[in-house]
Amino acid sequence: MPLALTLKVALWATAINLVLGVAVAFGLARWRSPAREVVDSVLTLPLVLPPTVLGYYLLVLFGRRGVFGEWLDRLGIELVFTWQGAVAASTLVAFPLVQKAARAAFEAVDPQLEDAARVLGLREASVFFRVCLPLAARGITAGALLAFARALGEFGATLMIAGNLPGRTQTLSVAIYAAVQAGDDRTAGVMVAVISVTCVAALLLAGWLAPGHLRRVRP
Amino acid sequence: MRLRPFVALLLLAASGSAAAADLVVSAAASLTDAFQAVGKAYEAKHPGTHVVLNFAASDVLLRQISSGAPADVFASADQAAMDQAAAAKAIDVSTRRDFARNGLVLIVPEGDPAKVASPEGLRASVVRRVAYGDPASVPAGRYTKAALEQQGLWESVSAKGVLAQNVRQALDYVARGEVEAGFVFATDAHLMRDRVDVVADVATPTPVTYPIAVVAGSKHAREAAAFEDFVVSAEGRKILAVFGFQAP
Repeated sequence: MPLALTLKVALWATAINLVLGVAVAFGLARWRSPAREVVDSVLTLPLVLPPTVLGYYLLVLFGRRGVFGEWLDRLGIELVFTWQGAVAASTLVAFPLVQKAARAAFEAVDPQLEDAARVLGLREASVFFRVCLPLAARGITAGALLAFARALGEFGATLMIAGNLPGRTQTLSVAIYAAVQAGDDRTAGVMVAVISVTCVAALLLAGWLAPGHLRRVRP
Repeated sequence: MRLRPFVALLLLAASGSAAAADLVVSAAASLTDAFQAVGKAYEAKHPGTHVVLNFAASDVLLRQISSGAPADVFASADQAAMDQAAAAKAIDVSTRRDFARNGLVLIVPEGDPAKVASPEGLRASVVRRVAYGDPASVPAGRYTKAALEQQGLWESVSAKGVLAQNVRQALDYVARGEVEAGFVFATDAHLMRDRVDVVADVATPTPVTYPIAVVAGSKHAREAAAFEDFVVSAEGRKILAVFGFQAP
């Protein structure tokens, strides 16, 4: 049960980041402004801030009595103590991994190819979907897999906003924490093995897809 | 050779910290504020000793101690955690004493949005979430479970349960209004009386008593015993009483 929930949360977080992270990365890669690096730094914060700080931000912003609490309530969205809250936490911490990888991938796309596509009469949207995105797909996929692995292991921010509700928000990492606290080393051990193997698999896949890998194996 | 002053400085720093005895006191989360005051008072009377306080759920402290954490005194919020420590030979059982009594209360966020008046009221559908400590590792949660089981309410309440890592987290969830109600100790509720309202005293099958003991193999066993004596002394009791703890 914790494994299924963990996979669900990590998949949702990765899917959201694929849309959000890729859009932001494309914007940043094409944006010519000195403010670009400032925005990039702020967006990278989740990578370096303690998860408890991120969890606190989420709680203060999206809690029932938080800044946007009433607003979310009217929309019928509830994040605290729900699996959607766990998705929000995982999405936030994993966002920079997709954004960084996607931006690097977009910046590596040869602008001449885009120009050629425009000369051949493609509209901007088509240039993005038929030229930039396919060329950057590998880097984006690698970033997404890293984000997926990060989301699988998300703990601090998740515990703060989604809490520890067995069967509802108890992801693997939270279940492991609860089991260790209760002295249930066997249950903890099994779950530790499961999450370790899953993360290694995701990382191997990410490494295999990472840009540069093909150049390394091809002479 | 150029390193010599640096090494001397390091040695000085090391000896400096060793001169004053660091007495590590692992105490239940509900004792946080009371033991900070007790620690200060003890240090004032024993200038050579530095009281280092470590707060968490009692079972977490127990895990740390039984895995060899260098604690000197263990104060838990229920007998079950201390019984386990005794069974694991983690404490010197001859030093075990009860030093305080507390009560379990049902609290709601200020203003009582869900109009909860008693544990029975938690069955109402407007009550969607109830916070209490994880019974597997938090004494306050064990008291809650036992009390609700006795009243035949455990099944309906635990379906709405939000498991806190310690009693203070349950208190925080209620104070923030993220849950409609929660179970904490009377002393915890008192600390946040401006943000939470106590709606009922909850009778527990076993009284809420706090045991204290010197950790087995403590390097400062004499100091640890002296600290324990201070906690149970009239002066220690007086400080605990300020925070709402009763005599055992």
